[in-house]
Amino acid sequence: MNGIIRLGQFGINICERIGISGIILFRAIFRKPDFKHGFPALVEQLYSVGVLSLVIIMVSGLFIGMVVGLQGYNTLVKFGASQALGQLLALSIVRELGPVVTGLLFAGRAGSALTAEIGLMKATEQLSSMEMMAVDPLHRVIAPRFWAGFISMPLLGIIFSAVAIYGGYWVAVQWLGLDAGAFWSNMQASVNFNIDVLNGIIKTIVFGFVVTWIAVFQGYECVPTSEGIGRATTKTVVYSSLAILSLDFVLTAMMLGGW
Amino acid sequence: MSRMRFVEFLVGLFILIAIVAFVFLAFKVSGLTSYSSSDSYQITASFQNIGDLKVRAPVTIAGVSIGEITDIKLNPQTYEAIVTMQIKSAAKIPEDSTANIFTAGLIGSNYISITPGFSETILKNGQRLQRTNQAMILQNIIGQLLYSFKSGDSKKSDSTPTTTSVEGGLPQ
Repeated sequence: MNGIIRLGQFGINICERIGISGIILFRAIFRKPDFKHGFPALVEQLYSVGVLSLVIIMVSGLFIGMVVGLQGYNTLVKFGASQALGQLLALSIVRELGPVVTGLLFAGRAGSALTAEIGLMKATEQLSSMEMMAVDPLHRVIAPRFWAGFISMPLLGIIFSAVAIYGGYWVAVQWLGLDAGAFWSNMQASVNFNIDVLNGIIKTIVFGFVVTWIAVFQGYECVPTSEGIGRATTKTVVYSSLAILSLDFVLTAMMLGGW
Repeated sequence: MSRMRFVEFLVGLFILIAIVAFVFLAFKVSGLTSYSSSDSYQITASFQNIGDLKVRAPVTIAGVSIGEITDIKLNPQTYEAIVTMQIKSAAKIPEDSTANIFTAGLIGSNYISITPGFSETILKNGQRLQRTNQAMILQNIIGQLLYSFKSGDSKKSDSTPTTTSVEGGLPQ
């Protein structure tokens, strides 16, 4: 009996949290745009969310491309099909690895930072004092951060894919001595711009939306203590990673199903 | 103020890198380039069977790429496949050339290889390549091989079931 009550409370709690996060997001986004003050704030956030994530994205992209190139070559060469490395590399990176790994790194690098920043603002009562001055913290603090994450995630995903393919090219062609012409022409013959590249970008857009939403909400609704901030940061990374991996499966199923 | 300018510069640089990466993905990785119509011309050819040929597959002469396939249709009267090719205008094709469908490697994708003829007149825009050879389909060749083995064995030729018979599309 008690167990059922607990379960009910748990379910209601989850629905409530989702509802609150939806309302917060709605109130932060849907309002009259204020370009004069909003744009500099957005640029500032694009810097801290996007530009500062650039190095980790590029370095991990390079290494992931290199390791896929190396592993793929060693496996394909057993079948005498090392010429197909270009298409293996490009398809696996553009369709799956690029969006997913970028999303996970983005959640760890930018999402946790967003949560901690907003949570600390709440703990030091900066958000309340903004409300006292009749400044809406949703508009002033949440909206530029949300938009910055939403915009920079697809850009980071594109950069990741390009760098990873270059890393794979570097290993396969420069190091293992695969023919460069076969590498690129097999890749171009098998990668379709609409099906592969654009669907990968759609994935990064969805992941960017979800990760930034979770990060912003966890920061805004955290318990305003040092422990609460820490917990909210952890939750951001855990929930974002789970959301990315499960949504990736759903999106892939939809895209392969010719949706 | 100067810090703000610096931040704006970095954000601009970030977006620029993303655009360059997008262009790289679009053109270098997915090969989103088609031969522009200004310096190329179209020819068609009809095949009995095109096998696994797809739009955007290359058209080659002696292994050198001279164009690509832009359209594949079925002729409802003759049940032949009509393949439209976009050829660079630098490549001149004699009208008695032969178009073959080959496979790149054992498991590679199909492409069209044109064996040039000896005619003085060259094909113009919209004209049709008369001589074509259909795609070689591995299953048919294996089936044909099995069939010839079995029919060579005279004792069992009566009991050969129809499953080994070759279905359609073989040159008689």
